[in-house]
Amino acid sequence: MTVEQTRTHTIDMKSILRGRENATESNEIAIKVENLNLFYGQKQALHAINMEIPKKKVTAYIGPSGCGKSTLLRCINRMNDLVDSARIEGEILLDNQNIYDKSVNVAALRRRVGMVFQKPNPFPKSIFENVAYGLRIQGINDKRTLDETVENALRGAALWDEVKDRLNDNALGLSGGQQQRLVIARAIAIEPEVLLLDEPASALDPISTLKIEELINELKVKYTIVIVTHNMQQAARVSDFTAFMYMGDLIEIGNTSQLFTNPKKKQTEDYITGRYG
Amino acid sequence: MDNNNIGHHISEQFNRELEDIRNNVLTMGGLVEEQIELAIKAFTTSDQELAEQVIKQDNQIDNMEMMLDRECTQIMALRQPTAFDLRLLLAVLKIINELERVGDLAEYIAKMAIYISDIEGSKNDPYYEIKHMADLVKDMLHDALDAFARMTIEQIPAITSQDENVDREYASIIRQQITYMMEDPRNITRTLNVLWAVRSLERIGDHACNICEHLVYIIKGEDVRHISQAELEKKLKGEQ
Repeated sequence: MTVEQTRTHTIDMKSILRGRENATESNEIAIKVENLNLFYGQKQALHAINMEIPKKKVTAYIGPSGCGKSTLLRCINRMNDLVDSARIEGEILLDNQNIYDKSVNVAALRRRVGMVFQKPNPFPKSIFENVAYGLRIQGINDKRTLDETVENALRGAALWDEVKDRLNDNALGLSGGQQQRLVIARAIAIEPEVLLLDEPASALDPISTLKIEELINELKVKYTIVIVTHNMQQAARVSDFTAFMYMGDLIEIGNTSQLFTNPKKKQTEDYITGRYG
Repeated sequence: MDNNNIGHHISEQFNRELEDIRNNVLTMGGLVEEQIELAIKAFTTSDQELAEQVIKQDNQIDNMEMMLDRECTQIMALRQPTAFDLRLLLAVLKIINELERVGDLAEYIAKMAIYISDIEGSKNDPYYEIKHMADLVKDMLHDALDAFARMTIEQIPAITSQDENVDREYASIIRQQITYMMEDPRNITRTLNVLWAVRSLERIGDHACNICEHLVYIIKGEDVRHISQAELEKKLKGEQ
């Protein structure tokens, strides 16, 4: 390598590092969780959670079963409202507005915060109608708008090429991995700001899992993504930030690569290395 | 954080695999220490037979390096280690590389021993110059391996600070040898032999320091390569 080449290399590295620093500095916050307590009846499931979820990044929740990660995820679009015994204290701010404020329309909130579950749950309708569903209930029936939105959503969910010739077939005829991507397409068709993914790949085979992970990587350009996963390697692969929860407490949140190579807390270390605490 | 981190996995087998790796590194380290010892002895006593033994034994070290390489790769592929476990394996891969290089340096000193034993007049030459320096670097390597065995970093600054002494010693031997050469050109052959040997010893000291740095990475997760002794001490003190 000549001296000149070495020099350009150094400069490149520097600008990359600088770029990265700027990226973290200019992180906008999409969601702010403030002092959130959640009770199921007498039992407290979340203890004073405080965290910030950066905009257009992937944030992953990891932790053992029953640690409250799904509960916390479901708080972000008020899914816990559907659980009678659940009681919530504290605030979750979406663009500086408390989503638990009385003035908030829950249906409108869920348009902004889409959710995908562990098991794909397409409606027993055609592929097209599944994706168009959200628009139709908003009263949009213009054929051209629908066609366009459905195609874009299916492309966005990396499913278009596989289904473009059979949009009128029943969605239940798709494979599990395809169904999950269809559900993601349905969620992004209404252009939410935030996507909540609750174990989106745990019922899928390795190839479909990789496709979903690839998809998450593409979707974060447009959406803020929060994902719950039991698969730590998956969290490590797809997320920018990882939060470790244990028994209803948020133990540690940090940059994913830092958390997986050098966690600050012993409990995190024990969990991710597979030790008993 | 708990220093003896190798155990306590839910998977007992994983504990055993990591313990195995640590033990093998220490075995390899022991072999390397023995090689240095024997090579120095062969050099200072012009013992050709012993030197040949050192050269022959070097492939044991090479084999251990390859074996440990395989073991680490296998654990990474099968267990996807994280945090301490990941840092341990990554650092072990580097530590065995350092050890292998030290083994090569010992072999090199042994080769020099064979070469000088053929030179007239060197049979009874005890090569005093290199003895002190040899002791210094042997201690450094021993202490570094000891710290690795106990997975502690308290001793690290003390070990790496020794490297300055080694460097000073190295410089003063060079000055001394230059004087000899100027005094009488017939000394040059002998002088060059000494210089090659101390050069190898100086390198061994550097490798011992590198091992210390890898150990800090295992325990603290901090990269302390390419910083000064003062910065290293500050980093380790600041967080203990």
